[in-house]
Amino acid sequence: MIKLEKVSKSFTNGKSAVHALHDVSLEVEAGQIFGVVGTSGAGKSTLIRCVNRLEVPESGRIWVDGEEISALETSALRKSRQKMGMIFQQFNLLSQRTSAENIAYPLEIAGIAKLERVARVKELLNLVGLEDKADAYPAQLSGGQKQRVGIARAIANHPKVLLSDEATSALDPATTDSILELLVDLNQKLGLTILLITHQMEVVKKVCDHVAILENGYLLESGAILDLISDPHSHLSKAFFPPIQEGLLDPQAIQAAITFLGEAADEPILASMVRNYDVDVNFLGGNIQQIGKRRVGQLQVELKGQQIPEALAFLLEKGLRVEVRE
Amino acid sequence: MNISEWLPRLWQASLTTIYMVGVSTLFTVILGLPLGVLLMLTDERGLAPRPTLNRVLGFVVNLARSLPFIILLVVLIPFTRALVGSSIGPTATIVPLTLAAVPFFARVVESSLREVPRGLIEASQSMGSSHWQTVSKVLIPESLPSLILGVALTLISLVGYSAMAGAVGGGGLGDLAIRYGYQRYETEVMLVTVVLLLVLVQGVQWLGDRLSAKVSKK
Repeated sequence: MIKLEKVSKSFTNGKSAVHALHDVSLEVEAGQIFGVVGTSGAGKSTLIRCVNRLEVPESGRIWVDGEEISALETSALRKSRQKMGMIFQQFNLLSQRTSAENIAYPLEIAGIAKLERVARVKELLNLVGLEDKADAYPAQLSGGQKQRVGIARAIANHPKVLLSDEATSALDPATTDSILELLVDLNQKLGLTILLITHQMEVVKKVCDHVAILENGYLLESGAILDLISDPHSHLSKAFFPPIQEGLLDPQAIQAAITFLGEAADEPILASMVRNYDVDVNFLGGNIQQIGKRRVGQLQVELKGQQIPEALAFLLEKGLRVEVRE
Repeated sequence: MNISEWLPRLWQASLTTIYMVGVSTLFTVILGLPLGVLLMLTDERGLAPRPTLNRVLGFVVNLARSLPFIILLVVLIPFTRALVGSSIGPTATIVPLTLAAVPFFARVVESSLREVPRGLIEASQSMGSSHWQTVSKVLIPESLPSLILGVALTLISLVGYSAMAGAVGGGGLGDLAIRYGYQRYETEVMLVTVVLLLVLVQGVQWLGDRLSAKVSKK
């Protein structure tokens, strides 16, 4: 649905050039909630702005829904932008328009007739749970309500893609959760593909199924969250499950990271391993995280004994992911 | 001169001033608003950067603003005569008044539009708006409270300019103050004129503030 191919962008700041993006390639499939994480200054904002060409990349190509955005004429670009929604950290609502009028704005731009506009706005206000705030101005709304208006406005023209630029970063945790729930809901109900950028790992954990990590303009890794997490070498896994200090190792033992996904997290698999094989388990550390609707746990263990290969095979057979550290 | 003599004159002069200032303001807004929008759009970091055009416009605006009004008044005499057929009288005064106020108002518009947060322009673009739509549906409505104050500010400077124009045959309150108050030493006329100008300025400012606050939804 969204594809970036070797996208680069730098800004000239006086005499020095700042590279915001270096040859970034990534692909978001239809229906995914794809998160791009990174610290501030990593290039996230530039990346998401390249998708609807608010920023023009210096090199590289970008497709959205099969259309090459990076090659469009101005008027064609405007047409495609009408089919992409975008929400913002600062909401960016028009202060002189009511909620209903804000939501109507993209419909006006798309040339929708008045009667149809009114009906659609009503539908959207219902969808985001703000039926009673139609005539309120942004100054009279809370942060969460403003972002709901922002979301309704962004999806007014039935876009296939929603771009979310730190949409929850200005909100408190409870409001963040309710906005994230709304996004997941829209993703499921409308099949909306969502590309979101955030510096909050929590956001990625709660809603994303795919993730890319951006650092200083470089894409460090990208892929399905569960795959990245179960790879102890990935940056994502290190962020969720910080590795244990090395050097305390028993030279006789091997160290392993065992990742439990979904139902496996609820079964006493390690207990049966110890019972059935000649191995001793020494726990170095562990952590369980809620990722989307799934629980993911990781244990860092030392294994000693005669039947280590058999024990590991047993774990794999039970659907656990095991990574042995040399 | 006694009261029954100069009261009607005062009334007449007030109407003349209101006419000159009102019509000039109208033309100033008609000409200055697009010029201000153009200054903002063509800026290096504007929506449609045209650095050369922007520099030329900026230069012309600054030039016009740096000319003292009394000089402009004289310089424009041939132009005024060509345009309205005379260079004397209230209607003729509207020409230099408007030309003096347009660059001023254009800068006021430019700075009001610049106050619109960048994010709103970005949001408007992200929804596929054309530049014209961004100007007419976002920039101008969002800066309306500030634009109204700008019009009030322009009106007030025009009241001042119109008094000056009175000195060279423009008519109105300024004319009255100079001819009766100053040249004939009729201090009462001078005082009453000054008070009237003061009331006019205060009234415009009050009205501008009220209207701006009423329009603002922030």
